[in-house]
Amino acid sequence: MMIEKERKNATGPERLKAFEDNWQTAMGAWIPGERAVLRGKNIFTELNNYSWMEFIVYAVTGEHNPKFAKLIEGLSLLSTSYPDPRLWNNRIAALAGTARSTGALALSAGIAASEASIYGLKPIKGALDFLYRASAKKRAGLTIESIVKHELKARRCVSGYGRPLTSIDERIAPALHFLAEIDADGGKYLQLAFEIEEYLKGSRYKYRMNIAAINAATAADLGVSVDDYYYTSTLAFIGGILPCHVDAKNKPEGMFFPLSVKRINSISSPSRTWIN
Amino acid sequence: MNNNDKPLEQITTKIWREEAEPDNPYAAAASYCAGYDVYGDLLGKASLIEYLWLLFKLNPPRKEQARMLESLAVALANPGPRDHSVRGAMNAGVGGSTRASALIAALSIGAGNLGGAREVFTAMQYWQQCGMDLDKWLKIIANPPHEEHTDVWPEMEHTPGFDPNGASCPTPVKQLLDHLIAIEHSAPLVWLQSHRPTLERHTDSPLAFSGVAAATLFALGFDPEQAEILFLMLRLPGAAAHALEQEKMGWSRYPFFGDKLTLTNDPGPSSNDD
Repeated sequence: MMIEKERKNATGPERLKAFEDNWQTAMGAWIPGERAVLRGKNIFTELNNYSWMEFIVYAVTGEHNPKFAKLIEGLSLLSTSYPDPRLWNNRIAALAGTARSTGALALSAGIAASEASIYGLKPIKGALDFLYRASAKKRAGLTIESIVKHELKARRCVSGYGRPLTSIDERIAPALHFLAEIDADGGKYLQLAFEIEEYLKGSRYKYRMNIAAINAATAADLGVSVDDYYYTSTLAFIGGILPCHVDAKNKPEGMFFPLSVKRINSISSPSRTWIN
Repeated sequence: MNNNDKPLEQITTKIWREEAEPDNPYAAAASYCAGYDVYGDLLGKASLIEYLWLLFKLNPPRKEQARMLESLAVALANPGPRDHSVRGAMNAGVGGSTRASALIAALSIGAGNLGGAREVFTAMQYWQQCGMDLDKWLKIIANPPHEEHTDVWPEMEHTPGFDPNGASCPTPVKQLLDHLIAIEHSAPLVWLQSHRPTLERHTDSPLAFSGVAAATLFALGFDPEQAEILFLMLRLPGAAAHALEQEKMGWSRYPFFGDKLTLTNDPGPSSNDD
């Protein structure tokens, strides 16, 4: 990036040439036979006492933030690690198990699918983005009602509110209990999240808060950026994905929710003949 | 948990119909794609490209449409071993990773905004908005729409369909466009060819394969979602072949960039200051 900025007026091929065999980075590297470095710190001597999640937070954000790491671990355990193979990302891993694929392929497909719209990473990222925007608008004097109505008009949804299959989110109570334990339940964004729910549940939309709003609000109270929150959330689902794969892998092959021919409801064209 | 009074949950599809084998309700005796008996009629009659079209469109293509899609498929099949997505696949190959991971790597990388399927998706949206109206194109190039920050995709950093790191329009891109136009004189492609210099001047970058792919798939009536996924699929053959080749060659004959990485903030061998 530095080179690119310096050579702003360079042609495309000149820019590419400047980077060819030349990757300058402050992110990290392996010095073979000696050590490894992450963001200027020796992994063996300076990061060796970090928890794994603290290490990941440091890798993503460049900051040692044990409270955020603890928050991710606790909330991932409570809210995004359901070992239920009916849930779509988990089901992918279970299908990989019943079809006798590998654990890493199951996990990578499950994580990739977690970047979903009706659940997972899009609502997770969207909820934090919405809370930051809503807070700024509130500070500018707008009411919760006008903020929410504008959001619904612009995006036809309010990230963090409403839920497929059921309106009540059973994860909220245990999450709040956990947040109280680590003294992370008193922030202004969490309060804002509840104010928004208060308006929405009394409105004609009848949306209730889902766990994405709680999780995002607590991240916002720690000042985490939307992108950092997104990256650190990509691992949040593996606690549910892996057991679903293992379960199906350990059962007889092909036996995970098999479908007979009559389970296809065809609304296709009537039979016809191909003419070349 | 089973409740016999409840109707069975089903997969509803316009694409597929099956008839069960008499001795096994879990095996199909006949499979129909959009009404055509795949194994009793299509097999031996339809080409792979025609079948691909049928799967997406639910009706057979005209001969010219099949030729255009086939030509695009040939042009995209192997982006070559310098392409980001193919390099991803080869990295899986040289490390002895699963073959599926080679294709996953090619898909994950080839999905992106730079030369990838998301670029084709966005370029298709431009085509939908601008059609063959040059003024609209110049406006959208000057003021591109911004991705929602709530989306997981990074913002486009250049005009979709054009190579931000290019110089002049590469010969193969022009050859592909010429060839596709020769098949049917498709209006969007003819328009793109005649306005290419103007568009390139305003984007300050040359037309790329992604731009020709988007224009072709737009001309063939695919929607942006179909174009995105077709572009992903059509570029996999080369990734697969190169991954297998490098798997046999091994890591020692593949670039590692051993001394080409410079750590700009190395704390040194015995740093302990925290």
